[in-house]
Amino acid sequence: MSPMTIAERLALNKYDVDAEPHIHLKLEVCQKCDRSPCLYICPAECFKLREGKLSFAYEGCLECGSCRIACDKGAIEWSYPRGGFGVSFEYG
Amino acid sequence: MDDVFDAIVVGAGPAGCAAAYRLAKEGLQVLVVERGKFAGSKNVTGGVLYGPVMNELIPSFSAEAPVERRIMHHVITLLSEKSSLSIDYNAGDSEKHNGFSVLRSRFDRWFARKVEEAGGIVATGLRADDLLWQDGRVAGIVAGGDNIAGRVVIAADGVNSLLAEKAGLGVKLSPDNVNQGVKEIIKLPPETIEERFNLSGESGTAIHFLGFCTQGVHGGGFLYTNRESLSLGVVVQLKTLVEHNLKGVDLLEGFKSHPTVRELVKGGTTVEYSAHLVPAGGLSMVPRLYTDGLLVVGDAAALVLATGRALEGINFALESGMAAAETVKRAKGKNDFTKQTLSVYEQLLAQSFVLQDLKTFQKSAQFLENARLYGVYPELACRLAERIFEVDGKPKKKAWQIMREEMKGKVSIWQMIRDAISAKGAT
Ligand SMILES: Cc1cc2nc3c(=O)[nH]c(=O)nc-3n(C[C@H](O)[C@H](O)[C@H](O)COP(=O)(O)OP(=O)(O)OC[C@H]3O[C@@H](n4cnc5c(N)ncnc54)[C@H](O)[C@@H]3O)c2cc1C
Ligand code: SF4
Ligand code: SF4
Repeated sequence: MSPMTIAERLALNKYDVDAEPHIHLKLEVCQKCDRSPCLYICPAECFKLREGKLSFAYEGCLECGSCRIACDKGAIEWSYPRGGFGVSFEYG
Repeated sequence: MDDVFDAIVVGAGPAGCAAAYRLAKEGLQVLVVERGKFAGSKNVTGGVLYGPVMNELIPSFSAEAPVERRIMHHVITLLSEKSSLSIDYNAGDSEKHNGFSVLRSRFDRWFARKVEEAGGIVATGLRADDLLWQDGRVAGIVAGGDNIAGRVVIAADGVNSLLAEKAGLGVKLSPDNVNQGVKEIIKLPPETIEERFNLSGESGTAIHFLGFCTQGVHGGGFLYTNRESLSLGVVVQLKTLVEHNLKGVDLLEGFKSHPTVRELVKGGTTVEYSAHLVPAGGLSMVPRLYTDGLLVVGDAAALVLATGRALEGINFALESGMAAAETVKRAKGKNDFTKQTLSVYEQLLAQSFVLQDLKTFQKSAQFLENARLYGVYPELACRLAERIFEVDGKPKKKAWQIMREEMKGKVSIWQMIRDAISAKGAT
């Protein structure tokens, strides 16, 4: 089986994306973060470095909660998407 | 029906459904709220449903529920970079098997339907946003902008229990006491699965991997057979991922392309990618389990057994859900939902396998911190096997001698003995 990118993987899943993000980042806190564990910990790669700056996209979120626990700077305001929104697993 | 529910259950996973099913059967007014579009749509597990607990709740379940295969084969596989060594337990054709592979999206949906058949109300697509308080006690929830009153709330909202947190009973999740699982569902025809894994009919296999699947860091891999698919995943401690700058998905790819695993998944098509956390700190991370008007069950209370053999959470979730239901039933009988009455819950858990197993294995979490378990030992075992099976035309050495040679520079005899002693105390 050939390797897949994260985008290809996420494309397999069903999502009903809420227009209102369920995770908010205080990017001013991230500017001072040296290790950025969120870059490794997010299995959906929602956190990305672009030209040295952190960017965040909530659409592919798998709702695992890893970033909530790994970010020790208090930069993440975390909740689940509103009822009915977000990822829907067919198998689980 | 008056406008106060006897119990409001938040979350339609196994913990919530077990509690709600029992309560509904007893004739209590019970409401389950589930944030997923349907029950199970948010849930991910390995997953093998172990043991007879489900049978106690719904005796006919194995005929009715969408279970995948009866697990008749349990395999432990140690991986080095290129090779592997397996210990294979086959229950043969005895009737004794100890679990079913399940796909949670299907299983939980079925379970929630059973709750409804028993008279409970299951409201899906509804997220509990907050607890409702009255005179210092929990008196219901806030969901979808409405206040919903309940005599007691059962927090069955899983590992990131934001609800229990709001009542100060939340588990203190930290990178060292929680593991991340990343998982793929790989489609294969049932005949291929049966042929490849030596299965007949409904039987299935559960393989646990240790070693190269996590590149030698804290965690393990799994491969479980479903009817028409394989569940393949790795579970790794969050702290380790961060410390080693590793990504779960890269470990999963590496695991999948290991020569041993590659053969097992060959020709398959990935149809789903998922991730979920699992509490892994054992007894020491279990929070206070109840307060006035509130009980915490399942993963929300970190009631998961992680011994390094397998991950057991579903049966713990079920059992704690049933204990919560029994507690609420008694509280209803006295019309008293204060913490004094609800303390029965903890007593029931202490009498059951839930707290007893967590106590028996309370040293596991610490033992599993030992990096040699994931690196040196699997590597050593594979090398040892390689050299024992090797016929190279030279005079043979005894296994013990080979072992001494292979251990050199990697682990001392004393270290190994010390590890064996702590394994005895912990696993
Ligand atoms: C990768 C992995 C492999 C595992 N393998 C196994 C295994 O093989 N065998 C085993 O026994 N255990 C296994 N476990 C552990 C097992 O999956 C859990 O212990 C079990 O699912 C816990 O059940 P629960 O009902 O407590 O929580 P969950 O199953 O997580 O259910 C919680 C429910 O609450 C809902 N919810 C959450 N918040 C809200 C809210 N605010 N409002 C409304 N609804 C909400 C969720 O959508 C969800 O349906 C594994 C776990 C992982 C992550
Ligand atoms: S770890 Fe937290 S503070 Fe650091 S970059 Fe990531 S989100 Fe920002
Ligand atoms: S909850 Fe999980 S998937 Fe979603 S952004 Fe955080 S780490 Fe990524």
